[in-house]
Amino acid sequence: MKVRAQIGMVLNLDKCIGCHTCSVTCKNVWTSRDGVEYAWFNNVETKPGLGYPTDWENQARWNGGWERNKSGKLQPKQGGKWRILANIFANPDLPEIDDYYEPFDFDYDHLKSAPEGKAFPTARPRSKITGERMQKIEKGPNWDDILGGEFATRSDDYNFEGIQKEIYGEYENTFMMYLPRLCEHCLNPACVASCPSGAIYKREEDGIVLIDQEKCRGWRMCVSGCPYKKIYYNWSSGKSEKCTLCYPRIESGNPTVCSETCVGRIRYLGVMLYDADKIEQAASVENTHDLYDAQLGVFLDPNDPAVIEAARADGIPEDWIKGAQESPIWKMAMEWKVAFPLHPEYRTLPMVWYIPPLSPIQNAAEAGAIGMNAGMPEVKNLRIPVRYLANMLTAGDEAPVVTALERMLAMRSYMRSKTVEGVIDEGIAERVGLTGRMIEDMYKIMALADYEDRFVIPTTHREQVEDAYDMRGGCGFTDTNGCSTGISKGSLFGGSKKSLKMPTEV
Amino acid sequence: MHNFFFGIYPYIAITVMILGSIIRYDRDPFTWKSSSSQMLRRKQLLWGSILFHIGILVIFLGHFFGMLTPIWVFDALGISHSAKQVLAIVAGGIAGVMALIGGGMLFHRRLSDPRIRQTSSFADIAILGLLLAQLTLGLSTITVSLQHLDGYEMTTFMAWALGIVTFDFSAASYIADAALIFKLHIFLGLTIFLVFPFTRLVHLISGFAAPFRYLFRPGYQIVRSRRSSSARSETRQ
Repeated sequence: MKVRAQIGMVLNLDKCIGCHTCSVTCKNVWTSRDGVEYAWFNNVETKPGLGYPTDWENQARWNGGWERNKSGKLQPKQGGKWRILANIFANPDLPEIDDYYEPFDFDYDHLKSAPEGKAFPTARPRSKITGERMQKIEKGPNWDDILGGEFATRSDDYNFEGIQKEIYGEYENTFMMYLPRLCEHCLNPACVASCPSGAIYKREEDGIVLIDQEKCRGWRMCVSGCPYKKIYYNWSSGKSEKCTLCYPRIESGNPTVCSETCVGRIRYLGVMLYDADKIEQAASVENTHDLYDAQLGVFLDPNDPAVIEAARADGIPEDWIKGAQESPIWKMAMEWKVAFPLHPEYRTLPMVWYIPPLSPIQNAAEAGAIGMNAGMPEVKNLRIPVRYLANMLTAGDEAPVVTALERMLAMRSYMRSKTVEGVIDEGIAERVGLTGRMIEDMYKIMALADYEDRFVIPTTHREQVEDAYDMRGGCGFTDTNGCSTGISKGSLFGGSKKSLKMPTEV
Repeated sequence: MHNFFFGIYPYIAITVMILGSIIRYDRDPFTWKSSSSQMLRRKQLLWGSILFHIGILVIFLGHFFGMLTPIWVFDALGISHSAKQVLAIVAGGIAGVMALIGGGMLFHRRLSDPRIRQTSSFADIAILGLLLAQLTLGLSTITVSLQHLDGYEMTTFMAWALGIVTFDFSAASYIADAALIFKLHIFLGLTIFLVFPFTRLVHLISGFAAPFRYLFRPGYQIVRSRRSSSARSETRQ
């Protein structure tokens, strides 16, 4: 057993209202720069839909993630090491920027500078790459928002696998949900594995996956390797970039920007302890249905004395062990089993998990005929097909998703009974394999979702590994040129330095 | 004059290349990259890049080993000078044409595609132009070589190259009688060495290093730890 800790995230899709606040705050902080205008470290998709970049879930097309070969060993789906090296001159699996969208801005200035004319001036789009006029915007970061476009296109959604999807194109049967996405900070990251330069790495202390910008050489294999398409090639700097899980914030015990600003309070952050020795075995189980269970098997119970002892031996700080015991992620993923990994079939063992959404009971007109099971509507009557959610969250295995949805329905039922009728009905809890106490705990964390309950983030112990005395008077964050104070506008080596515009005396 | 271009200029060019690369790697590693533009436009890149790179790598390695292997090694192996020259003409010719076609596609793409043109620096366009000019010169030397297949002139170039790297200061005199086109080819080649650290060409070094790094890395995954020392990294799987 080799104990490691990771900051995991859970998103409660049941409460996501699709406001894109997470995406916008993330963009403002991290990707409002040249070369990554098109990149959204966090984006929110409307499902069913093709998403961003278009059709990203279709690995038959993009070859992202891992593949189990005949001998039971894993290798990146885009190819083993030799294959990846052979593709270094031209990567056949790399998306083009048009698969995301061509970034654009509008001629806002024209609105006030246009000469007087018969027609009202308009702000027309302009490409952020070439600066040229764009006649038509073909795509955007959220092109199929709120079921935009026709069903025929939207229904190419990979999650319709094995579903008679035609009826969901009918107005009466249509359904919709939101899916906010960010880097999964996987336990078995395919991007790390695909990088010939060894520039991408997973941090031992908190599991955050980062790209060393000084070691990245722009071979762009990580972009095609990541099945979630959450690595973005910066066409201006020639380096790949990705979500950093806002590590400077996490290190100081603060939630990520997307989590902090989430108005629906759907995001949770907490510590998960896992056994690094079990990762390879768990990721290479034969049947994709078993991957969800296999990943549960990698996590370690932070209340188990043997685990605590092993964690201490492996250098996990005390407050991280305590954090793991109070982790909302542990509760939702392991105790209540209401959260699931996104597309476990990619074999990356992702660490951003999702609570599936409840949805309105289908055919309100038939309300009288709804199948009820001891006071609760049956999950199969929900508008979103369970199989659709299962394709997204459990590689198509419906049983765990049904249990999760039933538990969420039970929580509502139990709390309604308690607060409206004043009756504590333990039977409701029992029927879904929980206790009244657990349901009240679920209610506190999932429904009320106080800040302290959502974010249980121990600080990083830099003091244990760095000598602060040596760092005094250091230069903090620099733009790679060491602590040099030499000021030059341009770079001899082809880069351009951006100077910070400061107010000057007039 | 001849002595400057072929006796002194090589040392200037190689010194700038080596020192410049080391300084750039040390001072500004963030700028060390391949500057791939595949993501902006896939069209013309797939074929162009593959043809260009394979062609130019064959030529590069051919020149490297062909020029710097001492002539007695070939004599010992029983390869006649004439046979070696024919081999160089055929292999270099094929690879040269591949690289020229691929490079031509890339050059056309770089100049004509607005996305690529707008995001190109002067150095990006200039270095590709230089390489294409060098390829054209190199291929035109074949017409000269075909007129004398005895391999003698080739051996003088080999002696010159070996002389330069072994600090033989009379090296320049070995090629005093060479045809002008060869001299131009050598001069332009040295100039490419000279500008090497100031362009995207530096990705060549990473390209040669990457396979070693990647293939000899145990397993696929990389985990970095701060615990015992800040630089320690360990691998698993």
